[in-house]
Amino acid sequence: MKLFGKKILTEAQQSLTFSRRAVLVSSAQMGMGALLATRMGWIAIAENEKYSLLSESNRVNLTLIPPRRGWIVDRKGIPLANNRTDFRVDIIPDRLRDGDRGRVVELLTQLLALRPEEVDRINESLEKAAGFQPVQVADGLDYAKYAAVSVRLSELPGVAPSQGFSRFYPAGPSVGHLIGYVGGASAKEYEKTRDPLLITPGFKVGKQGLEQFYDGPLTGKPGARRVEVTARGRIVRDLATRPDVAGKTVKLTIDAGLQDYAGRRMGTQSGAVVVMDCSTGDVLASASMPSFDPNSFSDGISHLEWEMLSKDDHVPLRNKALQGLYPPGSTVKPMVALSFLEHGLDPDEHVGCTGAVRVGNTLFHCWKRGGHGAINMGRAIAQSCDIYFYVMAQRFGMDVIADMARRLGLGQKYDLPFPSQSYGTVPDPAWKQKKYNQPWAIYDTVNATIGQGYMLVNPTQMAVMASRLASGRALVPHFLADGKRHDAPPLGVRQENLDLIHTAMSNVINGGGTGGAARLPVPGVLMAGKTGTAQVRRITMAERSRGVRGNSSLPFKLRDHALLQCFAPFDKPRYALGCILEHNGHVTRIMDSTTISSDIMSYLFDPAGAMERLEKLEKEWGGTPQQRLEKQIVAYRIEKGVAAAATETANAAGTGAANDSAPVNTAEDEQEAERPAPTPAAAGASTGAAAPAATASPAAAALPGAAANASTPRP
Amino acid sequence: MSMVPEPLRRLPWRVYGLLALMALFGCVVLYSAAGGHLMPWAGMQAARFLVFCVMAEAISRIPFSLVERTALPLYGAVLAALVLVELIGGVAGGSQRWINLGFMQLQPSEFMKPACVLAVARFYTLLPARQVRSWTAIWPALALIGIPAALIMIQPDLGTALMVTAGGITVMFLAGLPMRLFLGAGAAVAAIVPIAFTMLHDYQQKRVLIFMDPESDPLGAGYHISQSKIAIGSGGIFGKGFLNGTQSHLDYLPEGHTDFVFATMAEEWGVVGGVFLIVCFMLLLRWGMRVAQRTEQKFPRMVVAGLTMTIFFYIAINMSMVMGLAPVVGIPLPFMSYGGSSMMTIMMCVGIILNIDRTRSRSSATGWR
Repeated sequence: MKLFGKKILTEAQQSLTFSRRAVLVSSAQMGMGALLATRMGWIAIAENEKYSLLSESNRVNLTLIPPRRGWIVDRKGIPLANNRTDFRVDIIPDRLRDGDRGRVVELLTQLLALRPEEVDRINESLEKAAGFQPVQVADGLDYAKYAAVSVRLSELPGVAPSQGFSRFYPAGPSVGHLIGYVGGASAKEYEKTRDPLLITPGFKVGKQGLEQFYDGPLTGKPGARRVEVTARGRIVRDLATRPDVAGKTVKLTIDAGLQDYAGRRMGTQSGAVVVMDCSTGDVLASASMPSFDPNSFSDGISHLEWEMLSKDDHVPLRNKALQGLYPPGSTVKPMVALSFLEHGLDPDEHVGCTGAVRVGNTLFHCWKRGGHGAINMGRAIAQSCDIYFYVMAQRFGMDVIADMARRLGLGQKYDLPFPSQSYGTVPDPAWKQKKYNQPWAIYDTVNATIGQGYMLVNPTQMAVMASRLASGRALVPHFLADGKRHDAPPLGVRQENLDLIHTAMSNVINGGGTGGAARLPVPGVLMAGKTGTAQVRRITMAERSRGVRGNSSLPFKLRDHALLQCFAPFDKPRYALGCILEHNGHVTRIMDSTTISSDIMSYLFDPAGAMERLEKLEKEWGGTPQQRLEKQIVAYRIEKGVAAAATETANAAGTGAANDSAPVNTAEDEQEAERPAPTPAAAGASTGAAAPAATASPAAAALPGAAANASTPRP
Repeated sequence: MSMVPEPLRRLPWRVYGLLALMALFGCVVLYSAAGGHLMPWAGMQAARFLVFCVMAEAISRIPFSLVERTALPLYGAVLAALVLVELIGGVAGGSQRWINLGFMQLQPSEFMKPACVLAVARFYTLLPARQVRSWTAIWPALALIGIPAALIMIQPDLGTALMVTAGGITVMFLAGLPMRLFLGAGAAVAAIVPIAFTMLHDYQQKRVLIFMDPESDPLGAGYHISQSKIAIGSGGIFGKGFLNGTQSHLDYLPEGHTDFVFATMAEEWGVVGGVFLIVCFMLLLRWGMRVAQRTEQKFPRMVVAGLTMTIFFYIAINMSMVMGLAPVVGIPLPFMSYGGSSMMTIMMCVGIILNIDRTRSRSSATGWR
């Protein structure tokens, strides 16, 4: 009974204990009260700032308003890219439960009259989308459709209709490669910066061309709409709205009219035309055709259209003006001749052309079977005599030619506002030794003098060469009309030599030379130029003896490239132009490099006349590039509609150039012994991303000049 | 003074005044929590308060000897009701805490809070003082506390079970059981907690950790405490102003009119409102403890102290919870939280304390009103 100590309590002691303990309990209560008051003071006074902030971020919901994108305008202020008011509908995958997806998409299809392939694209995007990225359902909607979706929002969880701006390219396909296009930011881009603007529905970033390069200045500052929301996201009231600040306008040196004309005049040809101002280096036009419609890319291109573009053998997804590499062919002859003149060539010295010449143990042919007879430098350029250059090149050597080629801008990389450019090759002995560990051979020089073999240029470089030959100054191409004077240093070439070249180039067109078809249809303006033909296949001995097959009977991929460099007026050059039409084959006179360049150049002197001729032509071609593209899509859709099941297995939609069909370089002349072709490594010069690298690679499979023989050069 | 009839004048106005002040403040807060409407909460709360005041006054006029004599039978009846609830709940297949009497829902666990205090006090009154330091003094009390606590625990209603236990143990403490016993038990609990923690399941440990740092899971289990602290913290010294609370009005604060009503109040009235309320509560508790100290008889004074302690536990546990000092247990704040059951329990306690105070002053004539 005495488990807990010796003391046995009495009633009095118990009463005393009670009193003492009651005081203890009472103090504990008061202590707790003090503790609670202290705790409250700590939270509400010491940490007040922190919790006020948290309370505000609970209460206020910030909705970003995507900034209006800056315009891209031409040298006269005509918009090449602007914005249209737009009603659009997006789906935020995060807010869409999987179970609802089918029903929501079905209802949207019904409300917005979506086409089946659009539905496919939406479903595919929803599968792949990171939850926070909005998936575009449709944009460019009229108010009725926008309202139809808005009133049924309660049945459409995750659907966000909005009013905003969408990008519009008035010229459509003819500016596709130049301007590029815009699109929603990728998940990768968002994860890099975590900028909430990137996942705001309707916000687009530049994806290609100038849109991509000038994305910074073109993107303005987003506006913000602050609303008070409940915990369940219901909006209670608007607090304040800060308007967006539109992006800056980017003004280009491009002439919108000329750019559009150049794109359209190329007709159904695949290639590029670049026009430069001979006094400033301003690029007035840079058209690569066929092209895509940047409007449809910016809207989220359909799987079908992308597939069609990527499978086209005319490679509409590659900007050939900067990423297409081609052997320049005979267009290099004025440059080669200038290099000889600078090293003491007598322009009156004659060479006898019999149609062929033996170099080492190889027989090199002139393009003219019977030969040109006795020929001097001027006529050799006008008539594009190969033999003259074969002979002279052996006298002066490759280093002389390569040096001039570089001074005229070939093989050079320019600081241009494009994400990638392929800048080709100017071969010389040192280059070949380094690249292939093989000594330079005499037939390499011979090949280079006629722009074959290892030599590769892009159409922009062709235009630079023309402008430098025309002006005698080291002009550099640029696209931005920034108001600065672009002084170009003199090339350091004697003016009398330039005059000789100018006269010879004028004779190419106006003096009974190979480019007679390029004569300007503008009275009083003479154009000077140099034609070129670059073969993409060998001509076998047997073929030659049977008579070379006409290009028209060859499949597209085997036809020759047609090239032209020119400037006008020839005596006081103002504009220079480079034109490369791949696999043109000189099949149709009206779509040859000569007539196309001549019409484009004439637009600068007589726009009305040039436009009149074009409109006549376009009737025969089936409309403007835009109209033809639309017809092509319709036709493709019908074709695929038949084999609808097959389309599902097609490759995933994406962007970037397809890498089939690269310009291929083949020796112009045959040779008895076969030599191993160099491995198709990049030809010394290729920049940038995967697409252009892929472009350059097959081009680099160029056979070493005369060594070409039995096997096809396609890798 | 002569205008007022004697019986009315003799009512304990100071106590009722204090209670009315708190209840009025509670109604003001509930009025705001309902977005500036008397309905559904503030009006109902006010009506209930008036009804329960009448009830408390009625209880205070029952002859105290009746209370003393019926303490154990009352306890037995409530215990039986608890068992009945358990049986019905088992049939209904969910956690059910009430018996539907048709006209009202009876929640026997609420009655158990005062009943347990009364029963344990009664037990120690019957026990001779010399046996207080023996086994005989312990196990019957533990049984009186443990059986209802266990029944309530399996309902499950951890908060109420804790309060029944705490009320009973307070009476044991005041009855004069050796201090070593309480110190030892406290030490044992302190030693067992870390060991018990390691034996918990992962998800249980997580819950404890979230209580320690609610911001680590602000959208999940820590949501209630996080939002409550944001409400209190953003109120500052003077609060955001009446009807201007954003946490409560925009539904960020869960249970803003019941368990977390203190946060609703603090957001709009700030530290000033909070300290005012705490002072009111402390005055009420001080009144209760003074009554206990002035009472001579063993049973009533243990009852008064135990019931005061019950009211204290309501206040302390609730306010610790809303300020992030205790885990989330569903215990309402007296006079502030919307709900009839807790107010009834507290007014019953107040009624009994008033009864004892009146009985005492009639016998000793040195009243404190």
